[in-house]
Amino acid sequence: MGQGPQWDILILGGGPAGLTAGLYAARGAMQALLLERLVPGGQAATTEWVDNYPGFPQGISGAELSQRMEEQAVRFGLKTAREEARGLRVLEGQPRWFEVVTDQGSYRSLAVIIALGADYARLGVPGEEEFRGRGVSYCATCDGPFFGGQEVLVVGGGDSAVEEGIYLTKHASKVILVHRRDRLRASPVIQKRAFANPKMEFVWNSVVEAIEGDRGVERVRLRDLRTGRSWDRPCSGVFVFVGTVPNTHFLRGLLEMDDRGYIVTNEEMMTSVDGIFACGDARRKLLRQVVTACGEGATAAFAAQRYVEEVKGIAYK
Amino acid sequence: MSDATFEAEILKSQIPALVDFWAPWCGPCRVVGPVVEELAQQYAGRIKVAKLNVDENPVTPGRYGIRGIPTLIVFKDGEVLEQVVGAVPKGSIEAMLKKAL
Repeated sequence: MGQGPQWDILILGGGPAGLTAGLYAARGAMQALLLERLVPGGQAATTEWVDNYPGFPQGISGAELSQRMEEQAVRFGLKTAREEARGLRVLEGQPRWFEVVTDQGSYRSLAVIIALGADYARLGVPGEEEFRGRGVSYCATCDGPFFGGQEVLVVGGGDSAVEEGIYLTKHASKVILVHRRDRLRASPVIQKRAFANPKMEFVWNSVVEAIEGDRGVERVRLRDLRTGRSWDRPCSGVFVFVGTVPNTHFLRGLLEMDDRGYIVTNEEMMTSVDGIFACGDARRKLLRQVVTACGEGATAAFAAQRYVEEVKGIAYK
Repeated sequence: MSDATFEAEILKSQIPALVDFWAPWCGPCRVVGPVVEELAQQYAGRIKVAKLNVDENPVTPGRYGIRGIPTLIVFKDGEVLEQVVGAVPKGSIEAMLKKAL
């Protein structure tokens, strides 16, 4: 095999963006390898139901949609490996190569597509890590059933927070939604449902200062941002939905990012480094949805293929 | 595996054990499940790997204070050696298993 690149394109991340990039790269006869640390689908795979991906009038489960996307890409020759990308090096030369280091080895390629997605943001308060899985949760459908007949707190004011809060009322006796502002950001349809739900209670202009308990969560210390006053609210669970953070930590310093770590690209998904493309939730953009991830994945693959063909001197001009 | 067989199969196991606490309604559990099955084959004979459906078996999760799934626990000599919650990558689970060997 020698020291040359083994692959035309390495795709980091196997959510909808990465899988679509893989589909297009494979159909473009590129030697493409997709690295995904878990199973394909990313955040979409753990989404109970996807109701806004066109072509599925009744909606489809996130897990099934993900499986179908993988099947489709693999049918056209995409290779996949269950490995976690941990480093990316640029090897200058003629041509320039990239080396991706994973938890199990390393791979070389002529181009890289970053589709690493995003993970849920933490509150960063005392008790949050300690009580993870013992009352602190980031997934209402996973952990809601453990809180039957109990009072739980939801933190956040966006679509996720409010929707998951409504879901939790199926199990909990009361859902207390804590938001740092005096109104919700969630879409009007969702807000209306939340306000009409007798089990929902709202605490405005407040933040969580600490999560406390013994074997599990027993109470949360809240602070009212207007008065500065802190108080304890007993509860047995804390569900956190305060946005996402991109999985781009190991790329800091290599690629241009915004101050939150989202990768900056142009319309063709090119990053600040020639030969590295980015798509999906890890990219700086307006709307983070399966449908936008897929569109960007296709564009990234097309642009990466054009780049690879130019490097190889076989571009169709 | 079930609540009824947990003690005999896991706590009294001669070799370390990895238990995947899961439920059918949990998305991230479906993500971790195949990884756990891969590890079961890879470590056959060295680590006992078992799954416990928390819906059908509420006693054992209660005993270990589990209120979030998927939870993976590595047991050695009847004690909890390592414990992690959420859809964690294969490398991280393997690192837990290697501590038990």
